[in-house]
Amino acid sequence: MVEKILQKYSHAGRDSLIPILQEIQDSIGYLSEESIEMLSTHLNLASSKIYGLATFYNQFRFKAKGKCHIQVCHGTACHLLGAVTIIEQIEKQLLVKVGQTTRNGNFSLEVVSCMGACAHSPVIQVNGVFRSHLTEATFKELLEELIETYRTVNK
Amino acid sequence: MNFNIEVNGKTIQVRKGDTILVALFRNGIKVPTLCSMKGLSPTGACRICVVEVEGVSGLVTSCSNVVEDGMKINTHSPRVVKARKTLLELLLSNHPDDCLYCERNGDCELQNLSVELNIRERRISGRKIRHKLDLSSPGVVRDPAKCILCGRCIRVCDEIQSVSTLEFTGRGSKTHVGTTMNRDLNFSTCIACGQCVMVCPTGALHEHSNIDEVQDSISNKSLTTIVQYAPAVTVSLAETFGLKPGKDINGLIVSALRKIGFKYVFDTSFAADLAIMEAATELNERINLGVNLPVLSSCCPAWVRYIEQFYPELLPNLSTTKSPQQIMGAIIKSYFANEAKINHGNIYSVSIMPCLAKKNESQRVEMTSKGVFDVDVVLSTRELVRLIKLNGIDLDNIEPQQADSPFGIRSSAGKLFAASGGTTEGIMRTLHFLRTGKEMTSPKINELRLVTSVKEVSIAMGKELVNVTVVSGLTDIEKLIATVKEGKSNAHFIEVMACSGGCISGGGQPFGAVEKEAKARARSLYEIDDVETIKVAHKNAQVQEIYDKQLEKPGSEKAKKLLHAKYLKGKSLE
Repeated sequence: MVEKILQKYSHAGRDSLIPILQEIQDSIGYLSEESIEMLSTHLNLASSKIYGLATFYNQFRFKAKGKCHIQVCHGTACHLLGAVTIIEQIEKQLLVKVGQTTRNGNFSLEVVSCMGACAHSPVIQVNGVFRSHLTEATFKELLEELIETYRTVNK
Repeated sequence: MNFNIEVNGKTIQVRKGDTILVALFRNGIKVPTLCSMKGLSPTGACRICVVEVEGVSGLVTSCSNVVEDGMKINTHSPRVVKARKTLLELLLSNHPDDCLYCERNGDCELQNLSVELNIRERRISGRKIRHKLDLSSPGVVRDPAKCILCGRCIRVCDEIQSVSTLEFTGRGSKTHVGTTMNRDLNFSTCIACGQCVMVCPTGALHEHSNIDEVQDSISNKSLTTIVQYAPAVTVSLAETFGLKPGKDINGLIVSALRKIGFKYVFDTSFAADLAIMEAATELNERINLGVNLPVLSSCCPAWVRYIEQFYPELLPNLSTTKSPQQIMGAIIKSYFANEAKINHGNIYSVSIMPCLAKKNESQRVEMTSKGVFDVDVVLSTRELVRLIKLNGIDLDNIEPQQADSPFGIRSSAGKLFAASGGTTEGIMRTLHFLRTGKEMTSPKINELRLVTSVKEVSIAMGKELVNVTVVSGLTDIEKLIATVKEGKSNAHFIEVMACSGGCISGGGQPFGAVEKEAKARARSLYEIDDVETIKVAHKNAQVQEIYDKQLEKPGSEKAKKLLHAKYLKGKSLE
């Protein structure tokens, strides 16, 4: 898949670096070591330069997403309504750190600046599905549900 | 074009296009710097070099701004001094307070600057960023906690060495110097040349110290501790003992090493003579057969790593001859062990090198025989200085001595390995003899001694010409490799040293040496060559003896087994 993207950018220079990285991430879900290496050869640019740039931006991830990918909104409204607690609880209960994926590949956690759904805050996305107006009770329920679902997935 | 500017109330003449820093420097006005470095592009990262320019509201970084006609500059106004002090205090705010135990204690630019700017207390206390100490590489240790993000290592790695292993990663307060995918150095594209260590103003990058192991082995009675020292070492540490920079103190070092407790002291230049015999024979064969030309030199381990890592398709061109260090290591544990009737397992072989990549080289699988390292441990020149001081040896009050036999004689050709072009000069002298049966009328090849990064020379051997290219520092290496890959290079032999100037400016040499010292070191080597009676490796009687007794002749099966190695494609990132 990465080859195809690179073919499209056959005469590109380092100024196309960000769009290429974005396309790679869109197609394989993250920036793998191999894809960075391939891009490095393609653009004749040291891989460290590419990695250095990519780590500057929040949008790029370097690990595959989990089967259950959770995005937590940390915009102003969500922050005021307890986004920090939500992040802490997810980290604690699902044993996953922000920007990381659990070893069994079940959960991954990402914090995003604002989802633009402030009226529904606090808001999180689970595999692209919005869960809004979270309260202590609904959030607790949601976590239990996730743990239960992916425990059976693992079996 | 010149014009005048006013600095601290005095009018000075400056050149158009110079940065303020350079203009001030030319006029003898000193401004403190941290991230700026001659030969590297200015970035203005540390801002320590700020000055006040009349009519400009903020302070201006002198390293990255050019002079303008009629500028009025103040370099040490109270505002500037206060700003510099605050900047440095901020840099120190998250710096570990372990100067006493730091590798760079007493030789640290950050420490010196704190003294210069009279910082006597910690006014600002920042959050310390926890970073893992990277001990993976046998040569270079990375301690990001001590990093001040000046970016010198990144620039030297990219602009001078063309390796680009290091880069800023992350953002804001989480920025740090890292490698691709944050791999540890030994699993990155690092070639361990050590140039980043040479430019680091703090202890964030330093060598992997092996002094303790060496001390332990010396005090271990069941071991025979043998040491070899590289040709570049003897001309590189005079200034650290208050002698004239570049002075050759070969005899004193031998004597000091014996006092430290090494049972045998050998000169690696002898192994360089052996390397010349093998490499010249190999080159001669390849020229005769017309295969795998140009031959690429293999005595610089950082260069070998570079080829393995970035251009594995050129591995067939690489000379298979081991580096002098490994040749010496191999014959110490085989030939010498037999001669002296010592069990090779009881030999602890130490080598003293101007280089950090040698530490990596000695740990390579190819450099072992039956699971035993040919060279057990490598010390840098800096560590040798420390070892001499640790043992309380006063160089002023010891008598010079000769290195031990059977590897005590060297030709000056072997000694020349220390400077860029010297390896080629040595090999050419012997190659001339191999191809024509005669010695060169003048063994001195002046074109190879120029201080340029790329030297192309044709040397007449009888009726034919042998073309050589000599490169030091990897700045222009990609262009050269491109011509080789396209088949456009007419060179027969290409010598590459990863550090500019060759081993005399290696990554293991004492800190603070600049061009002047490097020149003095090279001059010293050429003076040795001028007065030496044995100027060619094939006239070294002890080299002949080892071939007669064990190795038969250069390039024989036995010699190949002991003195040659196969190099493999690097598995790390590109």
